[in-house]
Amino acid sequence: MAFALSEERERELREILSRYPNKMAACIPVLHLCQEANGNWVSDEVIQYVATQLELSTAHVKGVVTFYTLFNQSPPGKHQVWVCQTLSCALRGSGEILQHCEKKLGIHVGETTKDGRVTLRTAECLASCGSAPMMQVDKTYYENLTPEEVDRILDRLLYEG
Amino acid sequence: MLKQTNYLTKNYGKPDGHRLAAYEQSGGYRSARKALGLPRAMVVDEVKKAHIRGRGGAGFDCGMKWSFMPKESPKPHYLVVNADEGEPGTFKDRTIMEQNPHALVEGCIIGAYAVGAHAAYIYVRDELHLSKQRLWEAIKEAKAKGYLGRTPFGKPWEVEVYVHTGAGAYICGEETGLLNSLEGKRGEPRLKPPFPAQYGAFGCPTTVNNVETIAIVPTVFEIGGDAFSQLSALHHFNDGGVRLFGVSGHVNRPGIYECAVGLTLRELIYDLGGGISGGRELLAVIPGGSSCPVHRPDEIVQNERDERFAPYNGKSILDLPLGVETFRAVGGMLGTCCAIVLSDAADPVLALQNLMRFYRHESCGQCTPCREGCGWLERILDKVVAGTASLSELDDIASIASDITGNTICAFGDGAAQPAMSFVRKFRKHFEDYLLNAGRSQTKRLVIA
Repeated sequence: MAFALSEERERELREILSRYPNKMAACIPVLHLCQEANGNWVSDEVIQYVATQLELSTAHVKGVVTFYTLFNQSPPGKHQVWVCQTLSCALRGSGEILQHCEKKLGIHVGETTKDGRVTLRTAECLASCGSAPMMQVDKTYYENLTPEEVDRILDRLLYEG
Repeated sequence: MLKQTNYLTKNYGKPDGHRLAAYEQSGGYRSARKALGLPRAMVVDEVKKAHIRGRGGAGFDCGMKWSFMPKESPKPHYLVVNADEGEPGTFKDRTIMEQNPHALVEGCIIGAYAVGAHAAYIYVRDELHLSKQRLWEAIKEAKAKGYLGRTPFGKPWEVEVYVHTGAGAYICGEETGLLNSLEGKRGEPRLKPPFPAQYGAFGCPTTVNNVETIAIVPTVFEIGGDAFSQLSALHHFNDGGVRLFGVSGHVNRPGIYECAVGLTLRELIYDLGGGISGGRELLAVIPGGSSCPVHRPDEIVQNERDERFAPYNGKSILDLPLGVETFRAVGGMLGTCCAIVLSDAADPVLALQNLMRFYRHESCGQCTPCREGCGWLERILDKVVAGTASLSELDDIASIASDITGNTICAFGDGAAQPAMSFVRKFRKHFEDYLLNAGRSQTKRLVIA
């Protein structure tokens, strides 16, 4: 089925377009907008829609989508968890935090829990080195993590809302 | 020289410190009003006098960069702020955007005027959702007051500030990769020349500055360019003012500290950072983001060619003031001034393996030496750690790194090569131990047990 934005999001799209001297520049923000409206992933229909709206070729839009790690090319779980693994976090136990997440969720990095609630990923430096170890859950940073704190966060993702 | 200041950080930690009211109460937006009352050339000159060395890592003089913009041009000019903070170990710009966003907005007004731009784009990496939200709120507040828009402070010089988002690519922190990304393309860096001042965003003259560089500009107009520069202990190196210093890793008090330029690593690690965690000894420190060469505490400063180094010769590198020129002269790099500290509980081989995974993951793939070289480096490190590498492969690390250096479009490749070369050279015994004794003398861990 063809992808389309809600009226409210379409207004947002027009507002985004007004910030730039041409339509192509809106490509990344509009992809974010559409990804969010599409269950957090960019399907071929989304690419087609963005290409039409911005008067770009689908090849261009697909090229952009495949360059950036935050555009999902398949549907992720309801919640996305990124555990930072770069050096400052690694020095303060991010490896252990990641193992703890894997055990608690019963999945490996890159996988989604069977009930589709949580996708677990690693991330490279998220600019939170002074409060390591840390992880990002959807749009929120959780810092100075301990295994107990991780349990509380993951329990909320697994069983609430 | 340890001199803590609070020009950028005075409202950090206060409940509504990021709001306009708090910013104005502490003198905010007076600088923009003042600067917009001056001719453009005088604004640039004042910033030149301040000797703000680019806070994004390259250390280029901000006023000088502004002066490269054409005086008159038939095309629109742009100011672009690099807020794609992602250099491992670096977490200072995020504090500004979250806790003092108005300093950045005010800096954008002054910067846009100085470089002849009517639009400023702040390119924030997508992960920093709170930063983006705080910046949009700040822009809205400033606009409501008439500080942005058609006539900021009554001056007929339209300025609009926009937040633009990335989508998860470290390479977009490279200024030309960032410009491509801003234009809605893959964030692959461009060949230079042409430089952004001639052909930047949308093919128009553009200045790209780091968040902290722009956010400190209002302070320059608050206290004057000369006075600002002289706050620094390295004023005579044309490295002026104050900046944010970060420290992370194995220290007791990791965090961001605002100090006059000229702080030493010893002061950052021991006085501000509270010393090494667990009462351990310092093994190594990367002074400013992972793309800088690593240093050992037993390195001694020796530079007879420059008399300005006389006070530091014979001293430990930990006592050399952190400056763009001072670290360049000892074969190091200041970078972003956010240090990563490794205690002697950490295995430097695993630390380099961690970093090489980062560079392999983030190489954009455009240039063969970087795309393939970063992969090779990671694979050799994996073999070293597994104990299956040969001594000649250890030497391959240096030769691959050296073949990447200078042979790519952007500086990313050099950034990957620097830690590879310096770790292997300075911790050779640790690496050899993996090959000769299966790493038996190593801690084989990164964390303090």
